[in-house]
Amino acid sequence: MEWDWSAVSDFMPHFWDGLLVTLQILVLGSLISFALGLVWALLMRVPTRWVTWPVGAVTEFVRNTPLLVQLFFLFYVLPEWGVTFSALTTGVFAIGLHYSTYTMQVYRAGIEAVPVGQWEAATALNLPLRRTWTAVILPQAVRRVVPALGNYVISMLKDTPLLMAITVLEMLGEARLFSQQNFQFTEPLTVIGFAFIVISYLASLALRALERRLVH
Amino acid sequence: MTSGLWERVLEGVWVTVQLLVLSALLATAVSFVVGVARTHRLWIVRFLAGFYTEVFRGTSALVMIFWVFFVLPPAFGWQLVPLWAGTLALGLTYGAYGSEIVRGALAAVDPAQREGGIALSFTPWQRMKLILLPQAVPEMIPPFSNLLIELLKGTALVSVMGMGDLAFSANLVRLALQESAEIYTYILLIYFAIAFLLTRLMRGLEKKLKAGVGKAPARKADVELKRPETTNVGGAV
Repeated sequence: MEWDWSAVSDFMPHFWDGLLVTLQILVLGSLISFALGLVWALLMRVPTRWVTWPVGAVTEFVRNTPLLVQLFFLFYVLPEWGVTFSALTTGVFAIGLHYSTYTMQVYRAGIEAVPVGQWEAATALNLPLRRTWTAVILPQAVRRVVPALGNYVISMLKDTPLLMAITVLEMLGEARLFSQQNFQFTEPLTVIGFAFIVISYLASLALRALERRLVH
Repeated sequence: MTSGLWERVLEGVWVTVQLLVLSALLATAVSFVVGVARTHRLWIVRFLAGFYTEVFRGTSALVMIFWVFFVLPPAFGWQLVPLWAGTLALGLTYGAYGSEIVRGALAAVDPAQREGGIALSFTPWQRMKLILLPQAVPEMIPPFSNLLIELLKGTALVSVMGMGDLAFSANLVRLALQESAEIYTYILLIYFAIAFLLTRLMRGLEKKLKAGVGKAPARKADVELKRPETTNVGGAV
């Protein structure tokens, strides 16, 4: 096995480009999944089965099927229906949608963990439903679930390379392109593998610090 | 869709199932070895097991697959058959996640059980085999069930390397028919059906294992009784 440092330094400019795209996907995907997950979680509490049943079925379906196939589905099928987005937009939306079905469960647990007394107090104070949610329940529920949401951000980071399959040039996409042009596979792939470990390790440290701050 | 194309899809299902079973076996073996090693009394064994977990959990499964397909052959001079390369990459990655489940379940066994084993002067191995594992394994089944679904979804990644699994067959059919909505809907439904089947199987396994250590599944009445949370405001409920 030979290791060529010059290949590493040649790859580095591409690496930074890829890293930027990866982080973009991560930030936008997280925002979509946080927002959409909350919407699913709230819809699941609507007291009619005409809403909960379809929402439950759709999210269950999305959660139990591979993100890769969902990416292909959106990438190839949407244009057939006359909707065309860039690969990056499609990818961000797909990853956000996929993870929203996970964050939805997190929010659900958070909402259920708010003590019943809080609901009762809101009723006693005659708060309208909207105020009960925005001023009493959600602030407490969301604070509780921040660490769990953070874990999903880390998993999402590790799923961003899938966007390579729909031609997005994130870290793995850049590495593959570079390898194919220069016939050097070892260096770029090892560099990005290492980068993933470092980023997710740092993220988990940051998350642990955040968790401690929220608890105290 | 013609029957010839359906045959392709069925071949894809077969490859996916093979890959799923093989990598699930490897992942289970890795999770138990690494998970048990993390409770070892020598710090170096614990450290190495923890290091393994951090590295393989930290990196992306797809990057790992690329690594096994492209970096291993020139580095070690041998190349794996795609099925085994996929098994290796998926098994090692998901085994690292599984080892955390094993470690967590072992840590959750009542400490008195371990102390009882010490009092009866069991060797560490006997304690693990006769006391800790039989009680910890049923608790591992629900998280393992989730992990198995994740693994099923992970098997789709090998299609990027050109292995003819279910996701790959979708691509073939798409190219043949120049039309994607139908085939991708079918493929997603097939994945969902496999996932549904797996959850059912795991639930049955859990029930069986729990009965084996005298933990019957919670009766519905018990669950219902526990549920109402009182606030202790306005008298006992």
